[in-house]
Amino acid sequence: MNFNYTKYSPIYYTISGVLIIASIVCLSVFGLKFGIEFTGGSNMQIEFLENRPSNEDINKSLVDFKLGDIVIQPTGQKGVILQFKGVDEAIHQQILAKINELSKSEEKSFQFIGPSVGQELKNKTQIAIVMVLLAITIYIAFAFRKVSRPVASWKYGVTSLIALFHDILIPLGVFAVLGKFYNVEITIPIIAALLTVLGFSVHDTIVIFDRIRENILRKGMGQFKENVDLSLNQTLGRSLSTVFSTLIPLFAMYFFGGETLKYFSLALIIGITSGAYSSIFIAGPLLVSWRKWDEKKF
Amino acid sequence: MKSKYYILIAIIVLAFLVGNFANPIYFNKSVDFLNSKFSWTLPHFWNKPFTLGLDLQGGVNLVYQADLSQTIDKDGAMAGLRDVIERRVNMFGVSEPVVQIQGEDRLLVELPGVKNVQEAIQMIGETPYLEFLEQREEKDSQIILDKMKEIQTAQEKGEDISKIIDWQIALQSPYFKPTELTGKYLKSANVIFNQTTFKPEIELQFNDDGAKLFETITERNANKPLAIFLDGASIIDTSGDNKIDGNDLYAPIVQGKISGGRAVITGNMSTQTANDIKRRLNSGALPVKIGAPISQETVGPTLGSVSLQKSLWAGVWGLLAVALFMIVFYRLPGLLASIALVIYVAIVLSIFKLVPVTLTLAGIGGFILSIGMAVDANILIFARMKEEINNGKSLGLAIDEGFKRAWPSIRDSNLNSLIVCAILFLFATSFIKGFALTLSIGILVSLFSAIFITRILLQIFIGNWAEKVKWLL
Repeated sequence: MNFNYTKYSPIYYTISGVLIIASIVCLSVFGLKFGIEFTGGSNMQIEFLENRPSNEDINKSLVDFKLGDIVIQPTGQKGVILQFKGVDEAIHQQILAKINELSKSEEKSFQFIGPSVGQELKNKTQIAIVMVLLAITIYIAFAFRKVSRPVASWKYGVTSLIALFHDILIPLGVFAVLGKFYNVEITIPIIAALLTVLGFSVHDTIVIFDRIRENILRKGMGQFKENVDLSLNQTLGRSLSTVFSTLIPLFAMYFFGGETLKYFSLALIIGITSGAYSSIFIAGPLLVSWRKWDEKKF
Repeated sequence: MKSKYYILIAIIVLAFLVGNFANPIYFNKSVDFLNSKFSWTLPHFWNKPFTLGLDLQGGVNLVYQADLSQTIDKDGAMAGLRDVIERRVNMFGVSEPVVQIQGEDRLLVELPGVKNVQEAIQMIGETPYLEFLEQREEKDSQIILDKMKEIQTAQEKGEDISKIIDWQIALQSPYFKPTELTGKYLKSANVIFNQTTFKPEIELQFNDDGAKLFETITERNANKPLAIFLDGASIIDTSGDNKIDGNDLYAPIVQGKISGGRAVITGNMSTQTANDIKRRLNSGALPVKIGAPISQETVGPTLGSVSLQKSLWAGVWGLLAVALFMIVFYRLPGLLASIALVIYVAIVLSIFKLVPVTLTLAGIGGFILSIGMAVDANILIFARMKEEINNGKSLGLAIDEGFKRAWPSIRDSNLNSLIVCAILFLFATSFIKGFALTLSIGILVSLFSAIFITRILLQIFIGNWAEKVKWLL
């Protein structure tokens, strides 16, 4: 099989462009819904033993505590997750007693995050994201330091970075939509998942670029486009296999892994899929388009 | 050629050991069966349980911020605070509590399986209380000891102890009674070394009011012991059980009236002990307030075990599906890679048990992710092998070339993932750390299993005979 990848570049670019623009629109319209790890507050997971009281009833019974906006989200058959402002253990116990008056229940978990902790985590997250991006850029620059012709080594780096932004924007867009309509929050696990995606997808891209480099050395510098097509064909099997073998356990985690791991694995699934797409259909073709554009200029 | 078979035997032995270490149930069952059938006495396999995090076994995780604004020696104050909280938490009787200093002024407290969170928070949040106690008269001691006995017998019979008259008496220390002197009169404590004996001694410095109190107390207690209690237990561990509790009754003997507010405790103690005592004295003298926790996470025991079950099954399904995928797409080499993958899982689980790595949901997530990534190296190698075979190379040569050519990509990719893991470690939240740690362990072990083990298996089981049945490859 020898598929002429770069011939259809405009189609790939259109698909990615639409997805990226949609993600940016969703992000700016809906925004991201951050979990209490970042905003501070309390989160209470309760399982009612008999029947679940209505959200209104729960809201009414807690009105005396002045908890501000209470987010009440039913889970499973008889469960409910409550989110409200930060309270100390004494008030937490009173709230629990009040809910037990409503209907007999068992508390499954309780989390309280002070405002200073949330702010600190936000800062730490930002530092980690910058560091991951920086490390990956250095990594690419190092990996391609010996390649300069016919495409300069920094162009490989820039192309990989473009692919990276693609891989991170699309899952973020999806989570903006999920946050708006399903109350899914950006939590620490999801941030960790997205950072892992960065590492994973840049590796995918690099394996393909490695091939391009190898083929240039073997077959000379002429016909850059054919070289890229050949390399993409050679690495396609590997790219698909790797993505599938990584996605399989992630799907297992998504379906069987329980509540906490569900969105964590979803972030990985979306990120790795868009990473695979960008390494095959964006990174290589972009290099070719860039070279064509350069040739036209002269 | 022969050495390959030795390595194969070594791999089989390794697989047997890590497999049974990771899950000794089947081995032990068969041993039980054989023992009962032939009345042998074969031993069981070493059954070491996994260390589970709070989210999997239930419990509470508390983070405190200490107020160090009044403190000069911040490190010392935090060490003292940790010591104080550790002692209190030990009295709570939970198994394997964790008390850790985080950063400059944070204290992490983990109490697995604790029932009454409110009481725990209250007890931890109290300001440390240091007091000096003098000896009781013998008849007073006897009254308290008798009352203690009375309550104990009542408890054994299952009677309501609050019905016993004056039951509160039994709460006191039977041998010592409080004096007016407390931690607020103590300025500081230091470890000094005796000029002639070179042994460590502890120097106490009282403030002006404390000096006067100390003078009268030492005067009336000459040649008698003066005990020092922090939070109701002696500051010195004399019963040698590594716990400071009511059984530790060590007290320095007052040599005579001491004026001037300076006292020295001498005795045959190690520098370590002296430092421990100094720290405890200081945490009572300059108490650090910690107040209410700045973050709290409580996980009920049912949620924990449900999460554990679910995530483990997710791992099992993931493993089976990846193995199936490899066998379908890569046939014989895929089967060998699947065998290597199972050995990989057993090695990683054994490392989790041995180190031990505290398993959390995030850690299991990282581990499950690593199952998928572990076969990536094999996929790269097999893809290269196929290319070499298509180029007309012999099988043996293709295997060698496949490994050689795939190596740079494998190295780069894993290095890249390890770098990201290292950065994730900066997060310092337990979730991320657990994830990054298990993923890194997975990556490192997968290098060994996917490259070393698979290669040996390939070289041994794909001989020249496979040339004739190419569809297997």
